[in-house]
Amino acid sequence: MSGSAGVRARLAVWFGVAMLAVGAGPAEAPPPGMQRVPGGAYTPFYPVKGEQPTQVAPFYLDMLPVTNAQMLEFVRDEPAWRRSQVSPLLADAAYLSHWAGDLELGADAPPDAPATFVSWFAADAWCRHAGKRLPTEAEWELAASPPVEDEAARAETERRILAFYARPRGTLPRVGSTPPNAYGVRDLHGVIWEWVEDFNASFAASDARSDRDRELENICGGGALGAADTRRYATFMRIAFRSSLQASYALHHLGFRCARDLP
Amino acid sequence: MQSFRSRGARAIAGVAFGLVAFACGPAERGPAESATGARDPQALPAIDPQQLPVVEAQLGTPPHAAPPVGRDHPAKVVVKIEVKELVAEIADGVQYTFWTFGGTVPGPMIRVRRGDLVELHLMNHPDNAMPHNIDLHAVTGPGGGAASTFTAPGHQSQFSFRALNEGVYIYHCATAPVPMHVANGMYGLIVVEPESGLPAADREYYVVQGDFYTRGGYREPGLQPFDMDKQILEQPTYVLFNGRNGALVGDHALTAKVGERVRLFVGNGGPNLVSSFHVIGEIFDEVRHEGAREITHDVQTTLVPAGGAAIVDFRVEVPGTFVLVDHSLIRAFNKGALGMLKVDGPEDLQIYSGKEVDEAYLAEYSATALEAKRAAATAAAGGETLEARLAQGRATFQGTCSTCHQAEGQGLASVFPPLAKSDYLMADKQRAIHVVLAGLSGPVTVNGQPYNNVMPSWAHLTDHEIANVLSYVRSSFGNQGEPVTDEEVAAVRASLPKPAQGGHP
Repeated sequence: MSGSAGVRARLAVWFGVAMLAVGAGPAEAPPPGMQRVPGGAYTPFYPVKGEQPTQVAPFYLDMLPVTNAQMLEFVRDEPAWRRSQVSPLLADAAYLSHWAGDLELGADAPPDAPATFVSWFAADAWCRHAGKRLPTEAEWELAASPPVEDEAARAETERRILAFYARPRGTLPRVGSTPPNAYGVRDLHGVIWEWVEDFNASFAASDARSDRDRELENICGGGALGAADTRRYATFMRIAFRSSLQASYALHHLGFRCARDLP
Repeated sequence: MQSFRSRGARAIAGVAFGLVAFACGPAERGPAESATGARDPQALPAIDPQQLPVVEAQLGTPPHAAPPVGRDHPAKVVVKIEVKELVAEIADGVQYTFWTFGGTVPGPMIRVRRGDLVELHLMNHPDNAMPHNIDLHAVTGPGGGAASTFTAPGHQSQFSFRALNEGVYIYHCATAPVPMHVANGMYGLIVVEPESGLPAADREYYVVQGDFYTRGGYREPGLQPFDMDKQILEQPTYVLFNGRNGALVGDHALTAKVGERVRLFVGNGGPNLVSSFHVIGEIFDEVRHEGAREITHDVQTTLVPAGGAAIVDFRVEVPGTFVLVDHSLIRAFNKGALGMLKVDGPEDLQIYSGKEVDEAYLAEYSATALEAKRAAATAAAGGETLEARLAQGRATFQGTCSTCHQAEGQGLASVFPPLAKSDYLMADKQRAIHVVLAGLSGPVTVNGQPYNNVMPSWAHLTDHEIANVLSYVRSSFGNQGEPVTDEEVAAVRASLPKPAQGGHP
């Protein structure tokens, strides 16, 4: 099983190359296991005054988080990323600590559960190895929040996300246990936190009452954050969570998935 | 590698930047020398951190306060607090996901001496989902320690501060979204004692109020998620002492003995409501608002702001149950803001007598008052018909006689004799008047049935009322007799012996 995952990852590379070679257009089917996510304008949660929303190009995103089985295949191929050999600069002491051994998953790491206890460096390396890359925060947030016409539905989605974030997590479910969103992507909410390429581009303001920090003043007084935005508690939590991280951290509930540019 | 490093640096700067704004520590105490050059009596001696004795903080688990410091010199106090996210009961049958300092709401009570150097360790358990930090209002410095303790799950942080100001201070998590972290229970108290310590108390308890926002209504069972909308409207489902409905009630009540000095360290975590803290049946002998040096005496209700605290002391003089409430009473009555202090010991009836009188109070509904009203009505109507008198008699019967003789005068078999078709009643008008005026006790035979009971005297009714009620019963329930006049009643009353005058001249 883990072997096939690795093969799939490598195949995905070939697919991408092949599509490039034939000059496949945007209507081309996405690589296996990925979905095409339309781009759009992304306004950072803590924008700087005068800054224009980021324009995000359409991209491919993994339908599912990377699993323990896929991570195992990777460390078989790349000994430097095995638990006993990884540099402490690239992954802290918790790295893959729930595995039974360097090359053994064990009872606490089911093969089809999302790979967690993985540092940013390891996640980044995994995606490169698969011919992909980590999604940016803008890409991740866009993929996780498809536009919804109905305000009530949007509020209900936000409430569900919030309820999930507010619950301490026990054993992780297998990947794909939540329904796909409008883009066909699963598990963006309700299973794990996920690394993004620029995880610390935002910062978590606990409050916005400073009279010293120009940017915070802008956020507070310039109306860049409307009242509706301060209600986005789930987003606050993601930003706060990402802000608490360093790239070597490996955490129980933190995994990843990969993205790729369109051809 | 270099790019990663700069990325990390940016992140750390960003966090510090963000949290700096949440600077809610106390105002900085001025330098030792005032502008006039006089020595500030509040100035602290310099310390050498390397030379300070190191002590592990003895923390208080709610509802018990941490023990007094009992030290006459500064020390380095090491405080270790683990953050745990856990599901626990917020009320019987109702679960809630609490985020806690140390697994309790409130978190552990910290107690240090003014001038101490406090080394605080914050551990965020690996199973937690959220990053957390701690802002202690006892800290003088940006963010109260929030930026310095911002910690991902599975990590720990440490920072140190000098306790410059005495007082009792809230600490709380200050990670965005702050109101949610606080609403989930992330607060507690740190007491900074004056160098000489606080006066001794016989009992010291630790009570912190908080407001909670659940999707389901008050006491709606099951695991209830946090409700952001209710929080934004500041409409809590629960307002609680120590994080659970009934945390200080029944078997969990606070206790004391008569004569003891009770001290409550009362905090309010909020996040939103201000507390009108009151103990029913007690007066706070001393209140130290925010633990300040200035003492306010003789306080009924003390305001404890969200993110604030007080020390209240009172001696308990009499036994009983004294109820702790937020005197914004809907919170006590409908949202759980109730606790109990049970005091054992001997009564002191001079201070509190207990109930001395318990009897009916009829005010304008007393028979005399009603009669006066009726007489006035009659006079106004220019005379009184028999019909009116019977109606008044009926009213008296229903309010007075029917209790025993029953609504239709049928009596109660072998207990209360009947008035309906009653040979005893109808045989002798004078006797009937006498019974009403003087009462009747002992065996009688009515309609062939024996009765042996006691009827009290109704002599306090007026002649007019007795005449009317007798006229009514003698012409109702199948009885057919002539009316009784006021004069007939007056004549019988005159024949009765005069009641004793109770010693009055």
